[in-house]
Amino acid sequence: MELMSLTALELGRKIRSGETSAVEAAKEAFSRIRRLDDTFHCYVTVDEEGALRKAEETDRRIRSGELTGPLAGVPAAIKDNLCTKGIRTTCGSRMLEHFVPTYTAEAVVNLEKAGVTVLGKTNMDEFAMGSTSETSYFGPVKNPWNQEHVPGGSSGGSCAAVAAEECSFALGSDTGGSIRQPSSFCGVTGLKPTYGTVSRYGLIAYGSSLDQIGPVAKDVSDCAAVLAAISSRDPKDSTSVKRPPMDLSAALKEDVKGLRLGIPRDYLGEGLDDDVRACILGAAKALEEQGAVLEEFDLSLVEYAIPAYYIIASAEASSNLARFDGVKYGYRTKEYDGLHSMYKRSRSEGFGPEVKRRIMLGSFVLSSGYYDAYYLKALKTRALIRRAFGRAFERYDVILAPAAPTAAPRLGESLQDPIRMYLGDIYTIAVNLAGLPGITVPCGADRQGLPVGIQMIGDCFQEEKILRAAYTLEQTRTYVRCPAAQE
Amino acid sequence: MNRQYETVIGLEVHVELATETKIFCGCSTRFGGAPNTHTCPVCTGMPGALPVLNRQVVEYAAAVGLATGCTINQCCRFDRKNYFYPDNPQNYQISQLYEPICRDGHIDIDTPSGIKRIGIHEIHMEEDAGKLIHDEWEDCSLVDFNRSGVPLIEIVSEPDMSSAEEVIAYLEKLRLIIRYLGASDCRLQEGSMRADVNLSVRKAGSRELGTRTEMKNLNSFKAIARAIEGERDRQIELLEMGRQVVQETRRWDDNKEASHAMRSKEDARDYRYFPEPDLVPVLISDEWLERIRAGQPELRTQKLIRYKKEFDIPDYDAQIITSEKKLADLFEAASAICKKPKKVSNWLMGETMRLLKEREMEADELSFSPEHLAELIRLTGEGVINGSVAKEVFLKIFLEDVDPVKYVEDHGLKTVNDEGALQETVEKVLADNPQSVADYRSGKEKALGFLVGQTMKAMKGKADPQAVNRMLKERI
Repeated sequence: MELMSLTALELGRKIRSGETSAVEAAKEAFSRIRRLDDTFHCYVTVDEEGALRKAEETDRRIRSGELTGPLAGVPAAIKDNLCTKGIRTTCGSRMLEHFVPTYTAEAVVNLEKAGVTVLGKTNMDEFAMGSTSETSYFGPVKNPWNQEHVPGGSSGGSCAAVAAEECSFALGSDTGGSIRQPSSFCGVTGLKPTYGTVSRYGLIAYGSSLDQIGPVAKDVSDCAAVLAAISSRDPKDSTSVKRPPMDLSAALKEDVKGLRLGIPRDYLGEGLDDDVRACILGAAKALEEQGAVLEEFDLSLVEYAIPAYYIIASAEASSNLARFDGVKYGYRTKEYDGLHSMYKRSRSEGFGPEVKRRIMLGSFVLSSGYYDAYYLKALKTRALIRRAFGRAFERYDVILAPAAPTAAPRLGESLQDPIRMYLGDIYTIAVNLAGLPGITVPCGADRQGLPVGIQMIGDCFQEEKILRAAYTLEQTRTYVRCPAAQE
Repeated sequence: MNRQYETVIGLEVHVELATETKIFCGCSTRFGGAPNTHTCPVCTGMPGALPVLNRQVVEYAAAVGLATGCTINQCCRFDRKNYFYPDNPQNYQISQLYEPICRDGHIDIDTPSGIKRIGIHEIHMEEDAGKLIHDEWEDCSLVDFNRSGVPLIEIVSEPDMSSAEEVIAYLEKLRLIIRYLGASDCRLQEGSMRADVNLSVRKAGSRELGTRTEMKNLNSFKAIARAIEGERDRQIELLEMGRQVVQETRRWDDNKEASHAMRSKEDARDYRYFPEPDLVPVLISDEWLERIRAGQPELRTQKLIRYKKEFDIPDYDAQIITSEKKLADLFEAASAICKKPKKVSNWLMGETMRLLKEREMEADELSFSPEHLAELIRLTGEGVINGSVAKEVFLKIFLEDVDPVKYVEDHGLKTVNDEGALQETVEKVLADNPQSVADYRSGKEKALGFLVGQTMKAMKGKADPQAVNRMLKERI
């Protein structure tokens, strides 16, 4: 039985029915990891011993009737910026190469409560800064559809691990598209919830006001189930919100009749690859055929999202990453002369170039004399972008958009031109600036056979609507497994 | 020469709040634990940890604001102040810059020329840093994060003070208010109150402010006074020599009675303040603010007015008693029970103050109950015990808060009013001391005192001295 080819919910059912077990599922996952991960490098750390021990316990608890949830016994991968007690958490950085947290992130605690087996930690762009998963200190992740291509980023390891069936599902984090864009590149489904839905406690912060943890899975139903498991109002995270319970099973209905869909005209113009455009419009058409009402509109302000995002995210990052100084934990340079030399060398040697670039950018925009011109202006722009979305959601239930201008670029292509790489985030970052939920579902492939996903954006706390639209679209297609998954 | 100049002083006062737990996590604020035992991922700046605001901090800060006539900002926010230093685990301090909780308040101080109003620019909430311990033997530094995250408020005055006396008066008044509110014990020596002095001088009558310096490391009112005088003289001397005052931060060395420059404006840090994204704005609803207002205790100024009306005690006593909330509370409670405010006042002004001084204790360390003091006053008033026994019993109350009724009973300290027993003793004393009797008869008044003493001694102090006196005179 190919347990890893099942969706998380299918596998969960089989485990609960006794057809298979949490231990068998975890063993198969590890056997696939051993076979494939030297090639794709989805994982930074695997915890086979811990996972199998946990799976045995889970099996016992399922048999005793203690664990009855849909994800009990299902093996999952966790992005390596989520703290896991006793398992090193690197953020893809030399800075945290040997860092073992003393506590577990709340989202992971919630998964563990649901009986999920944590297999290990997935590779990522260093400190989640990047769009390709190439900036990891531990080497780049390869796209399971084509090793010459990147999986996207920064949750590239999580998305590639799901696509290559090295886990049943994964957790990622999304600050500017880091779940939605690699989900598109890897042909999987990834959801970024409304800001505040999932506790950020234990997520190593990049841009605190933008970061949100979310699921990456094979399909929409899995995403909904994982979202239900990880959402919580956490008293340890002041920005987490108390939401009325989401009726996610009701959302998973093939019914978009009368659902109002808007496509921002601004998203379909210059810069968008023709094949990707065709995929997006094709998916929109499919939904229209199912009874949705489709309309193009002007979202406006689109061109300001990138500068606003890179100012706010870098500013927050410059402060969030200040704690990595070689004093308390993490990398410390071998030779230094006094405190300042230790700070400088530890940080120069511990961080990679993309992280340093953003720290410098962020420090600059916050420094006195520049704060008003850059940071404050970015905050105002952010408020305007929120308002533009607010206006759009008066007319539409769901906004359709690409997740990236192209399918996955080749390895090594993007980093040479960071500005171009930043521009590639144009369709995803506005969603983070406005705190909205967004989901990417596969909707086709480009001329090279690389997957393309469509992004569906909802108003705050309207996850049900985007899940319904995504689920309906999903029913019009069959899930395409990548070549690596079939190995 | 000094008369040609006037001094302009503003203060930044940090006060450690008396909360049980830290400002952004549940760790204890207790002083003196083994290093790094009152810590958690939040107050040690572990990756992924997030701050959660302690509401008690908001209540204390707002209470101090209300008591100093501030406007309370009902939607205040926190900001990050970024700077690298190992005692600061995140390398930023969570503080308030853009929207502090209190603004535009004042404190009225008494000066020789009358009441002077000192403006309060703002009060903001922030977290304290850890403590660096330099290990000379190992040639390394260690960090203790127990203090990291202890809540502070910073009270920033307007530059409205012009002398050391005014500064001390302001600080004493501020300290008293905060102690009355129970928001802090405000001990300078222990660092729960810290004052930084901003000082500049200018030609008398000039309207322009001179260049100021900031003085740190002031651990007592005396040090503050000395530092102010020293810095004023230093600045005037510079100006008289035709030189400039440099804007800088200086560290006061109270042993040398001199200061030295710590850092100048050129290497002043750029703190890159920005709104703290991990905390939501603090919304203080009208109801919450009203609850805080309703919970405000009566402050000293109001108490003094009321005491004048309600209690027949001298102004001097009222001043002393209200100088500490603990004393005022004891006074009011004991007076309410025994209805003898003057007697209560006497015990507080006399024995209590004497014992506090003798034992180098602060009034807030008093632990006896007003009931026991009231009971002691009743026992004395009813003549159950005499004055010297009362003092002995009070010491026990002061130290162990004993129940005086029980204590007097258990130790057999009641005044003996048994005429027969007393008469017998008097007869015996007279018989044993014929010389003193003769002396008294020949007009030596002193001799009576001796005989009274002998009788009291024989009675083990439990006789009523007046009765002894009377009886001796009758017999001789």
